[in-house]
Amino acid sequence: MSLSLLQEVLPHAVGLEPEGLLPARQQMALSLGWHIILASFGVAFPAIIWAAHWRGVYRGDDVALNLARRWAKVSAVLFAIGAVSGTVLSFEMGLLWPGLMGPYGDVLGLPFAFEGLSFFVEAIFLGMYLYGWGRVPPKRHLLMLVPMAIAGVVGSYCVISVNARMNMPVGFRVEDGQVVDVDPWAVLFNPGAILQFAHMWVAAYMVVGFTVAGVYAAGMLRGRRDRHHRLGFTIPFVFASAAAVVQPFLGHVLGLRIAEAQPAKLAAFELATETESPSPLRLGGLLIDGEVRYSLDIPGLGSIIARNSFTKPVQGLETIAPADRPPVNITHVAFQSMVGIGTLLFVAVLVYWFVRWRGRDLLDHRWTLRAAVAAGPLAVVAMEAGWIATEVGRQPWVVYGYLRTPDAAGDNPQIWILLVATAVLYTGLTVGAVVVLRSMARRWRAGEEDLPSPYGPESAAAGGASRPHDRGPEAS
Amino acid sequence: MTLELAVAVALFAGVVAYALFGGADFGSGFYDLTAGSAHRGSELRTLVDHSIGPVWEANHVWLIYILVMWWTGFPESFASAMSTLILPMLLALLGIVLRGSSFAFRKFAPTIGQARLYGAIFAGSSLITPFFLGTVAGAIASGRVPAQGRGDLWSSWLNPTSLLGGVIAVGSSAFLAGVFLTAEAHHADRGALTASLRRRTLAVGAVTGAVVFAALIPILHDAPTLADGLTGRAAPLIIASGLAGATALALVAARRYGPARISAVAAVASVISGWGVGQYPWLLVDEVRIADGGGADATLAGLLVVVGLAGVLVLPPLVYLFRLTQSDEWVQH
Ligand code: HDD
Ligand code: HEM
Ligand code: HEM
Repeated sequence: MSLSLLQEVLPHAVGLEPEGLLPARQQMALSLGWHIILASFGVAFPAIIWAAHWRGVYRGDDVALNLARRWAKVSAVLFAIGAVSGTVLSFEMGLLWPGLMGPYGDVLGLPFAFEGLSFFVEAIFLGMYLYGWGRVPPKRHLLMLVPMAIAGVVGSYCVISVNARMNMPVGFRVEDGQVVDVDPWAVLFNPGAILQFAHMWVAAYMVVGFTVAGVYAAGMLRGRRDRHHRLGFTIPFVFASAAAVVQPFLGHVLGLRIAEAQPAKLAAFELATETESPSPLRLGGLLIDGEVRYSLDIPGLGSIIARNSFTKPVQGLETIAPADRPPVNITHVAFQSMVGIGTLLFVAVLVYWFVRWRGRDLLDHRWTLRAAVAAGPLAVVAMEAGWIATEVGRQPWVVYGYLRTPDAAGDNPQIWILLVATAVLYTGLTVGAVVVLRSMARRWRAGEEDLPSPYGPESAAAGGASRPHDRGPEAS
Repeated sequence: MTLELAVAVALFAGVVAYALFGGADFGSGFYDLTAGSAHRGSELRTLVDHSIGPVWEANHVWLIYILVMWWTGFPESFASAMSTLILPMLLALLGIVLRGSSFAFRKFAPTIGQARLYGAIFAGSSLITPFFLGTVAGAIASGRVPAQGRGDLWSSWLNPTSLLGGVIAVGSSAFLAGVFLTAEAHHADRGALTASLRRRTLAVGAVTGAVVFAALIPILHDAPTLADGLTGRAAPLIIASGLAGATALALVAARRYGPARISAVAAVASVISGWGVGQYPWLLVDEVRIADGGGADATLAGLLVVVGLAGVLVLPPLVYLFRLTQSDEWVQH
């Protein structure tokens, strides 16, 4: 491996960066990357459950009602670990980035406070919804999903707006090293934030929709082709398809802003070493010792896609001071993986619905089902890649143009221990969640609808449910 | 009232709410942990499940509220507290993560063996978290967090005030939880369970009360500024807390569980408020005053808007949730 690649992957190892920075970054990437998957469920799952529950209540569709009830139980597990992993992030903002939270806490913080409000609302209605089965009149029970869904959207909007402000700083000035003229509201209504949010929101629907649909596709592959599986596939798949169709357009519009907001990031996305007019679109490729290798160049297309123009160039890396360049290869590969997967899923859902509209059911084909199973993980990869592209592409800045990442990090080399501990903990949590969710599915298939409390038959004795069909998901 | 003070009061109201609601959640872990074998403890554990299941996530958000208000309203002090108290913070965080997830896992665990594992993690970590958060409070209250930069990694939270703070946090959480669980068992007509919970709550309450008052003596030496406040301005609250605690114990002993809940809440609320009033006007005792620690004015005003919105958007559904969980249909089912 050449030195430049090594520097990019392990800057610390070649002595370029202060101690405590690399572990802090890894820690942030690990915990955000983990949280964002569960957060996606918080954003998108309530609406999908609502659709099934609505059918159950208003159309008298028992299969749909049953799906909603099971999904609610699944969400009880996912939301719990989503909430605790979000709490980890709140601590980490201070623990890992004292140089960010000290000077900029009051600049960035207000949206987080609104986020806190929405999580409150979400958690309250979540409690009511999960425990309301059989205890609250059905129509009112269904309504409880509405504030949950709204709160999920508002909450993630607020977080994204913080991130958008780090990408496109607004609402403050720096004078003699002091942050002044703070306008904490500016960011909440920033157009960049709205676009970024829209992209993330839609990504959440892709992740959750394809993942849930994939579970039922896997069931059909094993020969379970009852209505339960078909409906369980179709409801989330409709949401995911709609999302997959709009996502490339949103991503494109979002990308158009980058040319002005963060030229260095765009250059890395496009692997533009030099400014060329018009710029080519580079597919694949790596930057090795300052040369682009292994890429497929399509002349002119880069300008069209990134700049919406036949001539406007993508500003090249040569115009950016070496100290201000992001790690190019990581950014480029991540970005192209996201776009590649996004394009693939876009085409795939269009084909699926077109063929279906022509009257053929692709679900009879095993390859369609296999593709449907793969779509969930692919969407997750796209989302993670998107975040890596945005976040790594912003480097070396935390607050673009104002605060460099090394200045935001603490001087705590012990953070390595924290990183290892977090990795172990998250592995444990992932294993626990998978074991529990799989066992739930297994018991449901075996006909145990209510998943009784694990404390043996005596449990029904305490605060316990009497009539099984009345039980809530907690099966107390 | 200045903006800084208003935000500090709102922040501290969150601390009190978390101590009460979060505390009662955490405290139930104590009874879960000591409930005995899977067979013997199943009735009590199911009660715990039932009682905190619908509310724990909402109760948990108070902590998020505190953190966010703190780092947004008083960013410099947040940064120095976080870097000084990184160890207890991380341990508390570990407890939070383990507790929330294992609570959810236990509910759907397929076998008794797994349920026991998750249950033990849940119950154990329920005690860890209040303990370490208590040490954090002790560190701040005894003036061990510097205004800027990092204080000592160890002695900042391994000192008499912090350790007693931790013990008091665990004890008062367990006492609150005991009163609530006993009342709930009684409401659901579980005679034997009520009797055993009543006995244990009385023991926990007596011990905690004794610790709180015994703690005053070492604190007088270890944290003079706080001690001045506690024996001066905050003295009425400390006395009120003692009276309310004794009343709660007497009511539990007399099997009057409904009113006992109110006095237990009053006891814990006044001891926590006593700490707040005792350390006023300091944000970080002996280091930063509330008036000097605030962030930008526009942001502080924004935070007050958030607090106002919380009153309108969050409190009514929260009250509704609690009423729902106390209603006959929910308790009897
Ligand atoms: C509120 C803010 C925020 C949000 C919503 C995100 N990030 Fe971020 N991220 C940061 C705030 C941040 C940060 C604290 O500001 C970091 C630390 C260093 C930096 O420049 O930004 C960062 C760094 C950072 C890095 C390390 C970059 C490097 O190598 O230097 C990665 C890989 C991610 N993030 C990944 C993510 C993922 C997967 C996200 C999906 C949720 C995400 N970020 C959202
Ligand atoms: C630095 C970044 C982030 C921080 C500090 C953060 C913080 C939090 C916190 C504290 C919670 C727990 C709330 C509770 O107890 O219920 C949470 C949950 C959640 N977060 Fe994040 N978050 C971050 C990133 C994100 C992102 C990028 C998204 C979304 C797009 C997101 C969406 C959510 C959602 C929807 C939940 C609720 C999960 C649930 O309980 O259903 N978060 N987050
Ligand atoms: C053809 C399709 C896509 C295009 C053109 C595209 C474009 C972009 C661009 C330009 C960014 C960077 C924004 C910035 O740095 O400010 C971005 C970020 C991101 N992308 Fe995509 N994207 C596409 C597909 C997807 C898909 C399929 C997903 C997920 C399932 C996804 C998830 C994300 C996420 C989570 C981010 C980071 C957060 C954000 O900036 O909103 N993208 N995308």
